[in-house]
Amino acid sequence: MSATSAMPRTEVQTQPLTGSEVVLKALVEQGVDVVFGYPGGAVLPLYDAIFKQNSIRHILVRHEQGAVHAAEGYARSTGKVGVVLVTSGPGATNTVTGLTDALMDSVPVVCLTGQVPTHMIGNDAFQEADTVGITRPCTKHNYLVKEPARLAQVIHEAFHVARSGRPGPVVVDLPKDVLMGPAPYTPKETVRHKTYNPRVEPQADAIERALDLMAEARRPIFYVGGGVINAGPEACAAVTDLIRRTGFPVTLTLMGLGAFPASDPQFVGMLGMHGTYEANLAMHGCDVMVAIGSRFDDRVTGRLDSFSPGSRKIHIDIDPSSINKNVPVELGIVADAGRAVAALLEGWRARGLQPDGAKLGPWWDQIKAWQSRDSLRFRQSGDVIKPQHAIRRLYELTQGRETYITTEVGQHQMWAAQHFKFEQPRHWMTSGGLGTMGYGLPAAMGVQVAHPDALVIDIAGEASWVMNMQEMSTILQYRLPVKSFILNNSYMGMVRQWQEFFHGNRYSESYMDSLPDFVKLAEAFGAVGLRATKADELDDVIKEMIAVDRPVICDVVVDRAENVYPMIPGGAAHNEIKLSPEDDAPVRGSEHGMVLV
Amino acid sequence: MTQVEERHTIAVLVDNEPGVLARVIGLFSGRGYNIDSLTVAEVDAERSRSRINIVTHGTAQVIEQIKALLDKLVPVHRVADLTIDGPSVERELALIKVVGGREQLVQALRLADFMHARLVDSSIESFVFEITGASDQIDAFIHLIEPLGLTEVSRAGVVAMARGPASLGRDDS
Ligand SMILES: Cc1ncc(C[n+]2csc(CCOP(=O)(O)OP(=O)(O)O)c2C)c(N)n1
Ligand SMILES: [Mg+2]
Repeated sequence: MSATSAMPRTEVQTQPLTGSEVVLKALVEQGVDVVFGYPGGAVLPLYDAIFKQNSIRHILVRHEQGAVHAAEGYARSTGKVGVVLVTSGPGATNTVTGLTDALMDSVPVVCLTGQVPTHMIGNDAFQEADTVGITRPCTKHNYLVKEPARLAQVIHEAFHVARSGRPGPVVVDLPKDVLMGPAPYTPKETVRHKTYNPRVEPQADAIERALDLMAEARRPIFYVGGGVINAGPEACAAVTDLIRRTGFPVTLTLMGLGAFPASDPQFVGMLGMHGTYEANLAMHGCDVMVAIGSRFDDRVTGRLDSFSPGSRKIHIDIDPSSINKNVPVELGIVADAGRAVAALLEGWRARGLQPDGAKLGPWWDQIKAWQSRDSLRFRQSGDVIKPQHAIRRLYELTQGRETYITTEVGQHQMWAAQHFKFEQPRHWMTSGGLGTMGYGLPAAMGVQVAHPDALVIDIAGEASWVMNMQEMSTILQYRLPVKSFILNNSYMGMVRQWQEFFHGNRYSESYMDSLPDFVKLAEAFGAVGLRATKADELDDVIKEMIAVDRPVICDVVVDRAENVYPMIPGGAAHNEIKLSPEDDAPVRGSEHGMVLV
Repeated sequence: MTQVEERHTIAVLVDNEPGVLARVIGLFSGRGYNIDSLTVAEVDAERSRSRINIVTHGTAQVIEQIKALLDKLVPVHRVADLTIDGPSVERELALIKVVGGREQLVQALRLADFMHARLVDSSIESFVFEITGASDQIDAFIHLIEPLGLTEVSRAGVVAMARGPASLGRDDS
């Protein structure tokens, strides 16, 4: 499991370290500066060691799920590995949602869990849970460390696995006796890992074939996802460069927003269920699709048998199991997105290729015709605040600042994705794959820890926000000026929308009765509470929220009946888009589509 | 892509560590893939490597997924699809118990002889046969012996190997 050397190199130590000290030393060597955690019996030795040092800052969350989302926010806004520390049993089981979220969205997280002492494992001991068993399907990999001699190597390996290839969460389960007893320290190995070495370099002939396809294309499109953001800012810059040098249109996935500047005219918007008309129709009608770091998720493809039927597809991904999983492609390239795109750029230049106006002209004309439908339109008139308008204003009033946005899950999330424009990677953190309500507030907290001076806003729905609102205490404790911008429609809006469209307006259990008074709630936590109920109050409230250098909960009371458009119903094809309530294209809940979530 | 389901034999070389089999099996059960046969044993004690042989079936797309997912598991060294990588040999061992009267046992013995099964245990009213061969050979034996008082079958599952000099796992470090 560890690297090839049979015997770990052991440092000469006058006084042997304890397992806990070894863990901390390994974290420091891995460049960790902050850990999100919550103590308990099994990890007390580690907490004692934390007490005695200054290299690593510990952020005490209020629920272990919050710790994982905070670590995700930290990781996604920095590109570093987020670290979590929790106790055994309930501490570990509380991380399961966060770990699953990180797995689905490829977020590098190392989660250290306490465990009962090795001799008690299997005895149904107090606060014992089969943590490696429970987390096996929701982690990229996990470890139970039974031998002190392996401890340091396992920690190092956990970081290697979490950050390399397609990133993901790794759990290291640490029995209390291993934490308390002596353990040798072994430094980070520099040699190749003996089994886990994901391929990063593209094959040269595959790059040439990709260039052939791209050069011939008349209706091309780039379909770029979160993998490019994971590949780093240089990879995003390279992708941006390539897109500009080809003159092709580009669409981004929910997770990919920010990989290419939203203000660029080549950007045709997000695609998928609530993507723009032009993005989805361009995907449907393209002849060459260049997918980079995107995974043909069902929210993106809609009905598979009519997904982009006429296109030749190139798929670049670091994860071989993402290629040909849902959609068969003509050319799969397993590689790091940055390396593959650098090779494409080099080849494109070497061939002397340029944006070909004559060839691409008709395609762009078509796209512009689709764009003229203005699929993200909404009408703000009168007092009632339209949620889209609130996000537009938030976007406009935060211009010129270093702003990071997280979201919860629901309508507000889709409106944020549609109406907040991201120019750079790592500034947009949302739960895409798992769709975890309660993600946004703790994630914002993690982002703020990493970027103390930035403006960090959780664009929230009122139902989601209360799911992890205990983290307000953490936010106050560490004086993190996180802003909760709650689009309060008193409904689980996204659920209500589906009930309106597919279940005959029977709003079964989707109305949020007995909501807290968010302004008073803010005060109870020691934060600032603000409220906007009318359109003409909105700007002042946003400005004040930005101006206050303290945590703010902003209750924006919005139109309760608003729906998210455009919408491709589950199981429908990309060309079956409902644009607005007035649109005749019916939102058909097909039999097949109804079973989809 | 074709929706036809194919049977594949996949060999996986893994680190022999706790939980490795659970990872492999979890991958199949978690995604609804089939395991028709599974064998696992340590094959290199010095380097603590085990070999898992899996017989599965699925569409070409599913088989490709299975192999990619297996290859992604951290303790996995190598994955080989013996069904498409070239000719291979597959063998299985089974123990088969027949309980009956003298007449039936005599007939069973004759059949066993004909099918190259070995008698490994006998009592007045029962025999246990051992048979090694390809899975369909064993199927055939079981089918033939069924009417003669077959009461129990224990099969080891498929072990497989590529023909010729190519080998899995001795060459990597
Ligand atoms: C933990 C969890 N439970 C349930 C759901 C299903 N779900 C998706 S959106 C939604 C409603 C969200 O309501 P709110 O946060 O108010 O956002 P809105 O849609 O109103 O903007 C629900 C219940 C989920 N995504 N996550
Ligand atoms: Mg709501």
